[in-house]
Amino acid sequence: MAGPTVQAEARAGPTPKPPEASPNPPGNPLRNSSKGHSMLRHAGKRLLAAIPLLLVVPLLVFLLIDLAPGDPAVVLAGEDPTPDRIAAIRGELGLSDPVVERYLRWVGAVLHGDLGQSLMSDQSVTDMIVRRMGTTMSLVLFAMVMAVVLGTLMAILASLRPGGVVDRLVNWLASVAIAIPAFWFGLVLASLFAVTFQVFPAFGFVPLSEGLWPWMSHLVLPGIALGLLPAAEVTLQLRSALGQELKSDYILNAQAKGLSRSAVLFKHALKNACVPVVTVLGFRVAEVLAGSVTIEIIYNMPGLGSLAVDSVLSRDIPVLLGFVLFSTSVVVVVNLLVDISYGYFNPKVRA
Amino acid sequence: MKNVTTPLDDPVDAPGEPYEEPAQAGIVRGILRRKSTIVAGGFLALLVLGAVLAPLIAPYDPNVQNVLQRLRPPSADHLLGTDDYGRDVLSRLIYSARVSLQASAQAVAVALVIGLPPGVAAGYRGGWLDTVLTRIMDTLMSAPSLVLAITIVAVLGPGITNAMLAIGVIMAPRFFRVARATTMDVRHETYIEASIALGCGNLRTAVRHILPNVMPPIVLVISVSLGAAVAAEASLSFLGLGVRAPASSWGSMLSTASSNMGLAPYLVWPPGVMIFLTVLAFTYLGDGVRKGMTRSRSARGKGE
Amino acid sequence: MTERQQETEAPPLLETRDLTVEFPNPAGGWTPVVQQVSFTVGQGESVALVGESGSGKTVTSLAVMGLTGVMGGRVAGGSVHFDGRELTALPEREWRGLRGPGMGMIFQQPIRSLNPAFTVGDQIAESVRRHLGFNRKAARARAIEMLDLVQIPRAAERVDDYPHAFSGGMCQRVMIAMVMACNPRLLIADEPTTALDVTVQERILQLLRELQEQTGVSLLFVSHDLAVVAELCQKVIVMYAGEVAEQGTAADIFLRPRHPYTSGLLAAIPKPGLRSDRRLESIPGSIPAPGSWPAGCRFHDRCPHREPGRCDSRHPDLTPAGPANEARCLRTSEIELQGVTVA
Ligand SMILES: Nc1ncnc2c1ncn2[C@@H]1O[C@H](COP(=O)(O)OP(=O)(O)O)[C@@H](O)[C@H]1O
Ligand code: SF4
Ligand SMILES: [Mg+2]
Repeated sequence: MAGPTVQAEARAGPTPKPPEASPNPPGNPLRNSSKGHSMLRHAGKRLLAAIPLLLVVPLLVFLLIDLAPGDPAVVLAGEDPTPDRIAAIRGELGLSDPVVERYLRWVGAVLHGDLGQSLMSDQSVTDMIVRRMGTTMSLVLFAMVMAVVLGTLMAILASLRPGGVVDRLVNWLASVAIAIPAFWFGLVLASLFAVTFQVFPAFGFVPLSEGLWPWMSHLVLPGIALGLLPAAEVTLQLRSALGQELKSDYILNAQAKGLSRSAVLFKHALKNACVPVVTVLGFRVAEVLAGSVTIEIIYNMPGLGSLAVDSVLSRDIPVLLGFVLFSTSVVVVVNLLVDISYGYFNPKVRA
Repeated sequence: MKNVTTPLDDPVDAPGEPYEEPAQAGIVRGILRRKSTIVAGGFLALLVLGAVLAPLIAPYDPNVQNVLQRLRPPSADHLLGTDDYGRDVLSRLIYSARVSLQASAQAVAVALVIGLPPGVAAGYRGGWLDTVLTRIMDTLMSAPSLVLAITIVAVLGPGITNAMLAIGVIMAPRFFRVARATTMDVRHETYIEASIALGCGNLRTAVRHILPNVMPPIVLVISVSLGAAVAAEASLSFLGLGVRAPASSWGSMLSTASSNMGLAPYLVWPPGVMIFLTVLAFTYLGDGVRKGMTRSRSARGKGE
Repeated sequence: MTERQQETEAPPLLETRDLTVEFPNPAGGWTPVVQQVSFTVGQGESVALVGESGSGKTVTSLAVMGLTGVMGGRVAGGSVHFDGRELTALPEREWRGLRGPGMGMIFQQPIRSLNPAFTVGDQIAESVRRHLGFNRKAARARAIEMLDLVQIPRAAERVDDYPHAFSGGMCQRVMIAMVMACNPRLLIADEPTTALDVTVQERILQLLRELQEQTGVSLLFVSHDLAVVAELCQKVIVMYAGEVAEQGTAADIFLRPRHPYTSGLLAAIPKPGLRSDRRLESIPGSIPAPGSWPAGCRFHDRCPHREPGRCDSRHPDLTPAGPANEARCLRTSEIELQGVTVA
């Protein structure tokens, strides 16, 4: 939902920079041993650095509940609570214990794969999340793949003729697309292609196990809606990165070697231009995950988003915590992948 | 080949003006140079005016229901049609502008309060304070922002104020970063060191000497954040976590549109277009502010 | 190779005639940057292209390579003849076939000219695969062979290293290996040692000299430093403000320059024991930018021999001067210019 939030960041702050490799140590011949090892070590270090985030975000939730005005059990029980319900909540959340103890207990349980029970349905939170995970991940994956494919295509098209009509058109379209809220775009698509023209099924979700096309057809509209923003960002980032790379000395050299146009563009320029793009993609995954909440609601998809909204409206804290942990983990994992990919796109980082 | 010296493209702002005009004036001039910025600013000014004068310009009371007029498409009576309670969409759109703009201003104010003073403090003091604050803000920044917002709303309860508080919190790190970086930049300028040496208190130094330097980049963050907040408010309200009936915002109007999509597809357009245009206008304004700032800075030859 | 050198009567490998290159200017028009440049490079010959920075050497080299378009410029007139073919009207496809096996170029910034994302072996192999049709394995072997040829130690290991693991001098060696891998007839070296340390510079020059002896490749050596040129080239072309100011045999030009600019460049060569950066102290002022070339002789506002009323009104042509030289100076026959003795 906070889709456009991000875009603002991209424009306000400096573009997130991938880690800069150490400057060229002049001709040190002894540094090409154990490339694979240093990669692994690098990844391991990043993973270690990510763990605090996984711990801190749930801690914030615990602290918030504790600091919120009023008796948390009463507040969480919602409107017109029965004393039974208040007692049940107090028991379930262990609210009589100090907050740190509650938190540590939760962490301990999570380490054993136990996310607790829903306050509303007595189901295990782990089950609920696992059951709905497929929908959300399909949607997010579809959107991201679309963003990468479409964005790369547009950026390459634009950079074939710098400053040309196509370039300016693509640039303009992408900067406008960035201002379109994903959920509104989702509504417009649904109203046009599912309701008015009925090209695609309007609502719901079909798992991949029931066939590729049924799965895809349910993902097309929400996927496009969700993928628009990252696609526009990939376009802008990659276009500007390609522009930079195409001006670089090594591109002139590649031309002087008589390489074909496509080798120059796709091999030489593209690989270097990918670094800022994967960086942005890493940053945006959290936002796409967020956007999936509204999109799932619009398209009536039984994913984690609707689970999260329901859990907020019913103050189902264990479910909410599960959602928080899941989303944070996805972000952590994606950023780890992004980090590892730097090693591929920019060998200096590996060194 | 790279050492091509292309002549500067803009002779107007050449350095060496007879006297230094105040930084702000230069920035404003730089900003006003761009047509898109003026259009964006004009649009936003009109929007604010419309929101303030809503009672005067709205053709109907936005909350008066008319069951006989439910879900009427646009007509001469109701320019944008009516919603599922027979309320006039145009009037609701105008009143919603109030809610949306006010809410985004609240969110940005929260972000400013949470982000700016710690940013200045961290940049000014450095040391452990800086380390701790930066850690906290970095964590806040890398956490999935909506999840954080939802959590805050969950704990505090749905409602526009709580929603905006949540959005303000997740936007705070940007203010923190910019404030911290700028403060660190100017902390060692002679006049600031002199002010400290003269025995001015830390607070006084910060307010009198550092704040004026921090404000221009912060203004940029503000204008960009306002657009982001409009969009974020819309999505939270769309989910029912923001504004509560009978009040409405563009986001909650889209929620109505969503549930009546089959019968009244026209409802999807007005609020969506308003959100889109507003976000776009803030983006262009922010762009203009940034370009104006870079320009006035480079014109003074202070650019790094 | 030696047979190439022997054919003294053969037409030159490269001949440019009245080559003019333009770049777009902010006003929306085109500004000439290089004007009416004519010179030849014979089979196996080494020719130096010298002049201050900004005189148009790189642009001329790129025009020979057909790469002005890549930089946003255009060849507005004149011709480039290479190996019996007219190149200026050549379709881009055929150009690409020529770059590599026909002519190759190495650049001033070796580190930045290598793609940081691919191993040096890969970057050498890709030309060989494209132009000579080698398969992957043969191309790799060729890459190692070439790295060995340019005297990079432990070539078989270093072939899999990325450019960032090489120093500037080593990168320039890799560049040379890359260009020479396709057996070009002409090697254009655009200030190949300017970005390098003095000691490294010497070794790269030595390498170029050896390679030329071994392969008989023709060399167009671009430099702003006449001292470097003296050891390497038989012919010298001096450029100033986009045109040829003087050209002739190296021996002649050094001993008896016919253009005041050349004389100034020679006077600026650091004397032994007097190593300093006071380059061109003997020529006051600086080179005019394209588009602001003065009327008359383009060098007149810096020339110690200018004759007011004459030098600033008539643009001199390139005319024969001395036994084998040509100079673009109105007063070349009237003035006595100082040369240097080359050790
Ligand atoms: N890509 C370009 N665009 C515009 N002007 C250029 C470009 N490349 C070179 N020039 C102009 O051509 C002139 C000669 O440049 P160059 O050939 O690089 O000089 P040299 O190599 O002799 O130092 C420079 O003064 C520069 O202004
Ligand atoms: S023509 Fe005149 S100004 Fe030009 S080089 Fe000769 S003497 Fe000097
Ligand atoms: Mg040059």
